[in-house]
Amino acid sequence: MTTQIMTGSLPDTSPPPPVGLLAELTHRCPLRCPYCSNPLALAEQAAELTTADWARVFQEAADLGVLQLHLSGGEPAARHDLVALVRHAAQAGLYTNLITSGVMLDAARITELAEAGLDHVQLSVQDSEPNSADRIAGFPGGHARKLAFARLVTSAGLPFTLNAVVHRQNLDRLDEIVALALELGAKRLEVAHVQYYGWALLNRDHLLPTRAQLDTASDLVAHAQTLHRGRLTIDYVVPDYYATEPKPCMGGWGRQVMVVNPAGRVLPCHAAESLPGLVFDTVRDHSLAHIWTYSEAFLAYRGVAWMRGACQGCPKAEQDWGGCRCQAFALTGDANVTDPACRLSPDHHLLDVAVQRATAPIGNFTYRERAGTKKARG
Amino acid sequence: MVPQFARGHRLHQDKARKRWVILAPERVFEPDEIAVEVLLLVDGVRTVDQIVDTLAEKFAAPREAIKVDVAAMLADLHDRQVLAG
Repeated sequence: MTTQIMTGSLPDTSPPPPVGLLAELTHRCPLRCPYCSNPLALAEQAAELTTADWARVFQEAADLGVLQLHLSGGEPAARHDLVALVRHAAQAGLYTNLITSGVMLDAARITELAEAGLDHVQLSVQDSEPNSADRIAGFPGGHARKLAFARLVTSAGLPFTLNAVVHRQNLDRLDEIVALALELGAKRLEVAHVQYYGWALLNRDHLLPTRAQLDTASDLVAHAQTLHRGRLTIDYVVPDYYATEPKPCMGGWGRQVMVVNPAGRVLPCHAAESLPGLVFDTVRDHSLAHIWTYSEAFLAYRGVAWMRGACQGCPKAEQDWGGCRCQAFALTGDANVTDPACRLSPDHHLLDVAVQRATAPIGNFTYRERAGTKKARG
Repeated sequence: MVPQFARGHRLHQDKARKRWVILAPERVFEPDEIAVEVLLLVDGVRTVDQIVDTLAEKFAAPREAIKVDVAAMLADLHDRQVLAG
């Protein structure tokens, strides 16, 4: 498939520039969340880009038209040069958003980050109940450290978003999670249902919510959005497994966002390396502008020309862009078919099958860890 | 009253797309031309009255009319948590 794309002519016009850059600074992280969005094969520290590499990438991103930089990981604070990286990004004119677990940052470093020009912090929590939160994260004592971190961020005057990934094992406490966001002084709350690729797919039977849980949660979010308007903005990411239409994943492949992984490979989405046959260029070999316009991986599913089956000619093709390629591949073994989240997909029943199967008892996660490391299971 | 941007919000010249934008947490707002003229004067120092004076002079327009427009626009951006103070 990919070779066919490259035998065609290169595009003669540049696509509109990306709005966002997700920089996965490292795959190192003290947490072991069983739904981590990092790939199963985690990048080694030795392969990570240097400070100078990232500084160049940030400048190239700003020149290309990127407005917002999301500094992520792994845990970005595992990089000793995080403050320097934020300073480089701010000097390039990028809006800097730090996506963090909060467990590796003390008051002094938060102050340094704020002074370096950090614009916003997104802090993850795994639950509202400390024992459950620590068990899900696979990191004893983590929840208490996150709460302390949130207070330090607020004292430093930085605005922050609380991000809660929700699933069967914490969804019944969503009202407490909303209360926690208010108590901590978050201006935004992201309630994000787990997306099932990579680690999350391995743990799907333990994480998929029931229909009743989902309906209760969706009502609760709608109510809270109205109740707390002007004080707390609540964004809600719905789960594909109960959907009838696919999400416009990443705002469309190669349309809005670039991802640079710790080793410098540039991806159209953070899970794209799960797709077979795609070749990813690296920032060590090419500029971001070149990669955005010409990289085989970005051309593979940009636009609508690749579509077939239910997607081809669909009036919503340029709204949902065919949904998610990684999900299509994960569920059907073919990355080119309609996302099974779409009711028009011949594979739509696979979602129901997964929901029926998801009755595993609590516990027995396959925690995120580097191949070869051994840690106790929860 | 001295309007200022809330922390985590700022006006940014989007050179690649030849426009001004407001950068905010996980959001990008595109202000219209009049809003841009006002926001370029929001610096945490100028008062609303001074902003109105500057615009009235720049556009040779009646001060009272400009004052009404500026007040409405600032109130809207306050509601969106873009402006503080």
